[in-house]
Amino acid sequence: MSLFVTELRRLAKRRLTRLLLVLLLVGLATVATAFSFSSHKLSPAAVAAAQAESDAQYRQSVQDWKRTVADCEAAQARGEQTEERFGPNCGKDYQPQPDMFDPKWNLPYQFDFRAEFPTFIAVFAGAVALFAFIVGASFVGAEWNTGGMMNLLLWRPRRLAVLGTKLAALLTTVLGVGVVLGALWTAAFWLIGTSRGTTAKMTAGAWRSIGLDGLRALALVLVVGAVAFALASLGRHTAMALGAAVALFAISEVGIRIAVGVLSVPFGDRYVLSTYAQSWFLKQAELFDYDTCEFARGACEPARYVVTWQQSALVFGIGAVAALVAAFWTMRRRDIS
Amino acid sequence: MSAVLEIEGLRKTYRSRKRGVRHALDGFDMQVEAGQVHGFLGPNGSGKTTTLRTLLGLIQPNGGRMAILGQELPRALPAVAGSVGAIVESPQFFPHFSARDTLGLLARAGELPARRVDEVLELVGLRDRAGERVKTYSLGMKQRLAVASALLKNPKLLILDEPANGLDPGGIREMRRLMRELAESGMTVVLSSHILGEIQLICDSVTIISLGRRVAYGPVDEVLAAHSQNAVRVRLEAVTDLPQAAETLTRSGIRVAATEADHLMLAGVDKPAVVSRLLAEQGLYVSELTPVAVDLESVFLELTATAPVPGQHRQVDQSAKVDQTGTAGGWGA
Repeated sequence: MSLFVTELRRLAKRRLTRLLLVLLLVGLATVATAFSFSSHKLSPAAVAAAQAESDAQYRQSVQDWKRTVADCEAAQARGEQTEERFGPNCGKDYQPQPDMFDPKWNLPYQFDFRAEFPTFIAVFAGAVALFAFIVGASFVGAEWNTGGMMNLLLWRPRRLAVLGTKLAALLTTVLGVGVVLGALWTAAFWLIGTSRGTTAKMTAGAWRSIGLDGLRALALVLVVGAVAFALASLGRHTAMALGAAVALFAISEVGIRIAVGVLSVPFGDRYVLSTYAQSWFLKQAELFDYDTCEFARGACEPARYVVTWQQSALVFGIGAVAALVAAFWTMRRRDIS
Repeated sequence: MSAVLEIEGLRKTYRSRKRGVRHALDGFDMQVEAGQVHGFLGPNGSGKTTTLRTLLGLIQPNGGRMAILGQELPRALPAVAGSVGAIVESPQFFPHFSARDTLGLLARAGELPARRVDEVLELVGLRDRAGERVKTYSLGMKQRLAVASALLKNPKLLILDEPANGLDPGGIREMRRLMRELAESGMTVVLSSHILGEIQLICDSVTIISLGRRVAYGPVDEVLAAHSQNAVRVRLEAVTDLPQAAETLTRSGIRVAATEADHLMLAGVDKPAVVSRLLAEQGLYVSELTPVAVDLESVFLELTATAPVPGQHRQVDQSAKVDQTGTAGGWGA
């Protein structure tokens, strides 16, 4: 226990941890503040004005349509070809309908907590995952690089216990930061919703759904932190994790995309990591193969492939476990110099 | 006296596709008795640091036996780690932490009382600079901090690799005094250093390693005696008589190691008075007859064959290897 508390203190004392935490706080606060200015609470007068504007647009559109039909019929009377210019039947089949002029389009933007907060959970998870990655990699990478790990092993020669305790301290810290900042993030957007948007329809089920989104976000943050820790421990340097992340991004997001494009692999994005991240947050990611369609024959329902969040859990879980097993195995076997 | 540290037949082999097989430790033996200050000497690349790292569980050996405080390693390392304080090679610390933070975290990890941090800071002379970041420290100050971290546990066995590295003359003297005080308090100190004059002054016993094997060991005075050649420097009243004197002595069975411009160097002379008598009988009168004392440096250079040779550039692995028996006594001598 003393080692765990010591490692928590060591992590908290690190300048990089403190600096990144401040940057994370400032970044999240800036996003929330800037976003709050873009949302406007809708008054009955604003709704009425939008409805009136929408009605006017509809009326204007009907007038324009009538004039076009009349022009077409006049041209036909003169014996001119009209189909190319006005479409079949002089466009009479395309009379504007009232539902084509939704009053919402004339309203200023209003933040809808229930519908939109899950997207901001993903934004939050991305920022905290970046924090977890850098802090996780640096926590163990700098220890290896500066000889701190060797010093510690002179005191605590149980290598796996030392590495495991360091990992536990990192994940505990990241979890703590994630939970506290997540609560603040939720409170900030709830405040934006109540003061400058809407928090309507927030039933118990909606809260449960948001809670599950938050849990998935925290899980991804912890996985990112653990993988960064494992990679930096494997390479005994922070840069190892950063380099591996850049390489993985380049291979997954660029190399694989190009390869599946060249080879015309159906649903090629199922081999790309970001698809699984998307699926993890949105519960599923839908991929479509438009090559199965022959649009010349009319409308087409393209072939569909669904990546579920359970598949994402499997991919990220296997990746994290593989990295951690390799890190602990290497820690047990390697000579420390 | 009981042995605090025992190493028998320790082997560590590195295999590389490019560089082939290299035996960093090739059946190395070492023994350190309780309460001693023991010097651990060897040329660069001879296996000193590999030995210490292996002993401390940082490197896995390929064979051999190790024990600290009577407990077999590496199995019992977790049990004895609290009794062993060590610094290995250059001191390495997280540069943005202060000395107090660094020691405080170690003390907490070792479940030691916080006051122990102040005690060791006082002991190594860093009390007034303890709040400054380590990255602002000089090499000597980092060295002091490293010694402080090793002393933090109040260990029974203290292993210090080049503790005087970077210290100013006053610091070296303080370190020497500290080592002696620690030994007098009952602590066993293993000291690896290239400052052989210091080793000779501080240490009770030494082990010399070369190419992964022990080439000499035992009490310092015994090692020196074993390698003393009973050398004697002879000067005559008339320099021109030196060739005749050399001839006379050689004829009498005394080995003339060197004939210099103004003196002779003799080796294997048990009784210097014999030299004086032999020369006087030939009408050659001695103006100086001085036994030449051997020092640890010359013994080290001789045993490891690392003395500089004019016109040659010795490479790191060019040193001497002897058979397993060493040059002084048996195991534990």
